[in-house]
Amino acid sequence: MESSLNVNNWLRRYGFLSGVLVIAFVIIVWRYAVDPQVTTAVLASTLRQSTPLVLGALCGLLGERSGVVNIGIEGQMLLAAFIGFLASVYTGNLALAIAAGMLTGALMGLLLAFMSVTLKMDQIIGGTVINILAIGLTGYFYTAGLTTQGKLQPIPLGPLADIPLFGRVFFNNPPITYATLILVMVVHYVLFFTRWGLRTRAVGEHPSAADTVGINVFTIRYVNVIIGGAIAGLAGAYLSLEAVGSFERLMTNGRGFVALAVMLFGKRTPLGSWGAALLFGFASALQTQLQFGGEIEIPHQFIGMLPYLLTILVLAGFVGRTRDPKALGQPYETE
Amino acid sequence: MSDASKTIVLEARGITKRFPGVLANDRVDLTLHKGEILALLGENGAGKSTLMNMLYGLYHPDEGEIWIKGEKVALKNPRDAIDRGIGMVHQHFQLVPVMTVAENVMLGSEVTRGAGYLDVREAERQVRKLSQQYGLEVDPTAVVEDLPVGTQQRVEIIKALYRHADVLILDEPTAVLTPQEAQELFRIMRDLTNQGVSIIFITHKLKEVLAVSDRIGVLRAGQYVGTADPKTATEASLAEMMVGRKVILQVEKAPAQPGEAVLQVKSLYVKDDRGQTAVAGIDLTVHAGEILGIAGVQGNGQRELVEALTGIRPIEEGQVTIAGQDSTHFTPRKNTELGVAHIPEDREKHGLVMAYSLADNMVLNNYYQKPYASGIVMHNDAIYAHGVQLVEQFDVRTPSVMTPASNLSGGNKQKVIVAREFSRPTKLLIAAQPTRGIDVGSIEFIHKQIVAQRDEGVAVLLVSAELDEVLGLADRVAVMFDGRIVKTLPITEATRERVGLLMAGSEA
Amino acid sequence: MMNPEIESSPGNGRFLSTLQQIWRSISVPLTAVLLAALIGAILLIASGASPLEAYAALFKGSFGNAQAIGRTLEKATPLIFSGLAVAFAFKAGLFNIGAQGQLLFGAIVAAFLGFSIEGLPAIIHAPLALIGGAAAGALYGAIPGALRTYTGAHEVITTIMLNYIAINITDYLADGPWKDMTPGNIVARTPKILPSAEIPYIGNVPVGFILSVLAAVVVWWLLWHTTIGYEIRTVGLNSHAAHYAGMRVAWTVILTMALSGLLAGLGGAVETQGVVGRYQPGFNIALGFDGITIALLGKTHPFGVIPAALLVGAMKAGSSQMQFSAGVAKEITDVIQALILFFVAADVIVRWIIRMRASDGDQVTFSSNWGQS
Repeated sequence: MESSLNVNNWLRRYGFLSGVLVIAFVIIVWRYAVDPQVTTAVLASTLRQSTPLVLGALCGLLGERSGVVNIGIEGQMLLAAFIGFLASVYTGNLALAIAAGMLTGALMGLLLAFMSVTLKMDQIIGGTVINILAIGLTGYFYTAGLTTQGKLQPIPLGPLADIPLFGRVFFNNPPITYATLILVMVVHYVLFFTRWGLRTRAVGEHPSAADTVGINVFTIRYVNVIIGGAIAGLAGAYLSLEAVGSFERLMTNGRGFVALAVMLFGKRTPLGSWGAALLFGFASALQTQLQFGGEIEIPHQFIGMLPYLLTILVLAGFVGRTRDPKALGQPYETE
Repeated sequence: MSDASKTIVLEARGITKRFPGVLANDRVDLTLHKGEILALLGENGAGKSTLMNMLYGLYHPDEGEIWIKGEKVALKNPRDAIDRGIGMVHQHFQLVPVMTVAENVMLGSEVTRGAGYLDVREAERQVRKLSQQYGLEVDPTAVVEDLPVGTQQRVEIIKALYRHADVLILDEPTAVLTPQEAQELFRIMRDLTNQGVSIIFITHKLKEVLAVSDRIGVLRAGQYVGTADPKTATEASLAEMMVGRKVILQVEKAPAQPGEAVLQVKSLYVKDDRGQTAVAGIDLTVHAGEILGIAGVQGNGQRELVEALTGIRPIEEGQVTIAGQDSTHFTPRKNTELGVAHIPEDREKHGLVMAYSLADNMVLNNYYQKPYASGIVMHNDAIYAHGVQLVEQFDVRTPSVMTPASNLSGGNKQKVIVAREFSRPTKLLIAAQPTRGIDVGSIEFIHKQIVAQRDEGVAVLLVSAELDEVLGLADRVAVMFDGRIVKTLPITEATRERVGLLMAGSEA
Repeated sequence: MMNPEIESSPGNGRFLSTLQQIWRSISVPLTAVLLAALIGAILLIASGASPLEAYAALFKGSFGNAQAIGRTLEKATPLIFSGLAVAFAFKAGLFNIGAQGQLLFGAIVAAFLGFSIEGLPAIIHAPLALIGGAAAGALYGAIPGALRTYTGAHEVITTIMLNYIAINITDYLADGPWKDMTPGNIVARTPKILPSAEIPYIGNVPVGFILSVLAAVVVWWLLWHTTIGYEIRTVGLNSHAAHYAGMRVAWTVILTMALSGLLAGLGGAVETQGVVGRYQPGFNIALGFDGITIALLGKTHPFGVIPAALLVGAMKAGSSQMQFSAGVAKEITDVIQALILFFVAADVIVRWIIRMRASDGDQVTFSSNWGQS
C-alpha cells in the first residue's frame, strides 16, 4: 500500500498535512515580503525546535510500528543528553560525545525492549520506569559547573547557504540538524521500501501472521526499539551538544512527550512526523517571537498548548483519523 | 483423485496429542495421496484442527510419526513444514489487513534487489502468475482489508503456493464463506489437484464433503473412526459416522404443557461483528412451559440471534415481544428485569468475572436490587448468604463462596451461571450451549434444572450445537441454517437423520 | 477482588490464612523495595558514598523526630491523593497518567477560591476551596474519559497531552488574570490564599494528611461497598460481562475518570491550602508520575496506597537531610523510586527471587488496544 503510487491512498495519508504545508508556504512567502529578517529568524528557529521532536518521533514510530509503545522517549533523550555532555566534558571530542549519547539511548531502548518484550511488562509502566530513572540518574550524577569546549557549529553548505530565506534556513545548520533531515528520509525508505520495514510493520499489525511465515517477532521488536533508542539518544545529544552546549537538569522539558504527539500527528510515518514536527516547531518559534516581539496580543501559553490540543483532536478523529498498529502494546505469546 | 496416482505424499502414524485434561488425538493414522482431496470430517472438538496444527509444525505430537514424501520428519516450527512443501490456510486468516496482497504473499520470503529493497513489481508479477496458473483471481495491488473474505482466502492459498507448497491444508475453509464463494473455492481446489497439489479439507458440512472430496476420513472424539468413499457414502451414513451412536443422555421429562406465547419474534434481522447479516428474517414463538430447541451447525446466526434477543446486540429490523411487552430495543438490564434469564454461550467472556468470588458473580446482574443493595450501598452479608444458599442448592463444588470463579472447573463455573440465572423470577430462559465442554455429571444436573424450569411454566429457548442435547431436551426443534430457520419440527418427528440433513442445509 | 469484609468469614485456621494472605499481598512490594534499596546502595558505593550513612540520614530526616515525621506526612499527603487517583482508575482498567494535570487544576482553582473570596469563616472557606479544587479535577478528569468513550482515543495519550494543556492554562492564569499583583512581584503566581482558606496542622500532623487517609477509606468503601464500585470493578475486570449484566460501560468509564480526577484535584487543593499557600507554576511537577509508582507499589488497593505514599514521602522528606549530612545528592531517591517501580511491575523477577507463583488478577495490562478500539 505504502509503495504503490495510488493517489487516493496518498491523499488519505498525507492529504491533510500537505494542505497545511501549502498554506504554510503561502504565509511564509507573504511574511517574507513583509519582514524578511523576522521571518528568516522564525523559520530557522522552527527547524531548530523541530529537530529533537522529529528525532523523538522517529524513535517512537519505530517502536510502535513493531508493536511496542514507547512513552520513555523523554527519559531516553534526557539521559543521552547527559552522557553525551559528560563525554564531551571529559574527552573534548564532540563526535565521540554524540556516539556516547546514541549508545546511551540504545541501551535505554534495550531496557525497554527487555521489559516489554521479554518480561511482557505493561509497556506504559516500562516507559515510566525509564522516565523516572533518567530523571534520577541525571540528577544524582549531575555536578554543577562542568563546562565543555563548545558546541557543534553550523556548517554552511557552500553556495546553497546563500539562497535567500531557504538557504539560510536549510543549508546553514550544525551536523545533527543535517543528520535529522537525512534520517527522516532513511527511516522512511527502510520502513516502506525494504524487507526489514515490511517485516517490522507486519509484526506490529499481526505478529502471528509474521510468526507463521518464519519471522522472529522478538528479534524485530528488540532491534527496532534499540535503534529507536539510539535515535532518541541523538535527540538528547542535539540538546546538550548542539542547541545549548551544556547540560541542565530536566533540560528535555517534555520534548519526549511532544515527540509522541508529533508521531501521532504524523500518523506514524517519518515524513508525516517531520511535517508535524515543523508545525510544532513553528508554534514554539512563534511563541518565542510573540513573547519577545509583543506584536499580537495572544497569550503565548495558548500557542504553546496548540500542539497538544491538535494531537487530541487528531486522536479523537476530528482531524484525519489515525489507525494504530493492531498489535500495539500487546506482548507476543508463542504456543 | 484417480486411482493411477497412488503416491503417498503425507502420512501420520499413530499420532497422539494430549492437552491438560483432554486427549485431543488418540493414535490417529492418516494418509494423503498425491493429487487428491481428502476431506477430514468431524464435529467441533473431534481433534481435526489439533491434528492439522501438528502437520504444520505448530504443535508437536506426544506420540507417533509424521512422514512427508517418504521421509520421516520432526517438524519443529511452521518454517520446517513450509520447507517441506506444506501450506496451511488457517481458519483465522494469517494476513496483515493493512498490507497489499503482494506484500502479504511475499512476507517472510521477500523478493528483494540490492540491500533489502523490496521489489514489489516482481512480487506482483509472481502473484499474477500464480493466480493465472491456478485460476485464483486476485488483484496483487489490492489492500487485504478491502477484500471480501473469499478473496482473502485465495490470498492465503497463493501465499502457500508462492512458498511452493504441494500439500495444502484448508482448516474449515467454508465456515466463513457464502455458498457462492464456497462453490468458487471448490472449483479452485479441483484446479489445484489437477496440477498435482494434494489437499486436506477440514469441515463438518456433509454436503460439501460429498461434492468435492475424493476420499473422506472421519474423526470422532480424537480417534480416526474410518474412511468413506464419496461415491457410495450418503449424508446420512456420514452423519452417523461423525456423531456415532452415542448414548443419548436421556432426560426424564413429562410431555410439555405449553401455555401462552412468551417470546414472539417477527422477521428479525441482525448483523454480525463484521457488519454482515447473520440473522436473516427469523420468526419464532416460544410458549410458557415448553422448550424450543434450536439445532444447527455453529456459525449460522445462532449467536447473533441470542445476543439480539437478550439486548446485547442491536436489532436491525423486526420485532421482539417478551411477555406481552415490545422488547425490540430493550437493554440487557431491561430484559433481565422483564424476567429473561440468559445462559451465555461464552461463559468466561460474558457470564463470569473470573477474579470475582462466587458470591459476587452470583449477583452479577441484580447486584443493585434488594436485598443486595439499598441505594448505592451494597449489603455484602446478603450477597454472601445468597451465594452460600445457591452453592448448596445447585451443588457447586467449591471450597467456599469466596473462592474466585477462575479456580473452578468448567462444569462448576457453568453451575454458578445457572444458579444465578435461575435464582430470579423468570418468564423466559435463553440457554446458549449450556453444557459445552463440561463433565457428564454437570450436564445431567443442568439438563434437569432446565426441565424443572420448563415444568414451572418458564418458556425455554435452547440453542445448542450438540444435536443430542437438542433432541434430548426440546419439545420442538427449529433448525437454523444460514441465518434462517429452515424448519420447525415437533420432537416426535425430529429424527437424528432428518435434523442432521436440515442442519447441512438440505431440505428433507 | 474479594471483599475484605466477607473474606474473613468463619473458617478453620482463619488466623493462619489471614497471615498468609497478608504475606501474599506484601511480599512482592516489600521485596521490590529491598531490591531497589540494594541496587541504590551499589550505586552509592560506586559513586564513593557510604550507603549506610546515606540511608541512616534518609531515615533520620524522615522519621528521626516529631518534626521529621510531620514533614514526611506532609510530603506523603499529595502522594496519597495522586496514588489513589491512579489506583482508582486502575480498578476500571484505565491508566490515568493525567493525575498531574488534574492536580494542577485542583490546585489553581483552590488557590483562586482561597484568595478571591473574602469574609468567610474558615469552617466554610477552607472546605469550599477544597470542593472547588476537587470539582475542577473531576471535570478535567472526565475529559479523557469522555474522549475514550465516544471517540476511542486512548486515555494514556490524551492524558499526557492534557497534562501539558493544563500546565499552559494554569501558567496563563497565574501569569495573567489571577496573577499576584503585590508590588515587586514579577514571577507568575497567584496571591497568597487568605488564612480562612488554609488547612491547619494539629501539632505536627497536617490536617491534609488526615483528609487523605479519609479519602482512602472513602475510596475503599466506594469500591467494595457500593454498587458504583461493583460496576467499576466489573468493567475493569471484564467489560463484556459488565455489558452482559446490563451495566452502562461507557458511563462507568467516564465516571471513573471523573472520580479519579477528583482525587487528584483534591490532592492539588490540599497541597495549595495546606503547604504552598498559593499557586505557583512548576510546583511538584512529578506528583502525577509518582502516583503511578505509589499505586503499583500499593497493589492498587487504597489501603496499600497509604504505606506506599508514606515510603515515597519519607524519601522526599529525608532526602534534604541526606544531602546535607551524608553529602549524597537527593536525586538518588528518584533512582530508587524508578527501581521500585521496575521491580513491582516486573514481578516475574521478584517472584522468581522469592519463589512465589502468580495468582489471578495480579497482572496489570493497560496499554493493549489503545487508540481506536
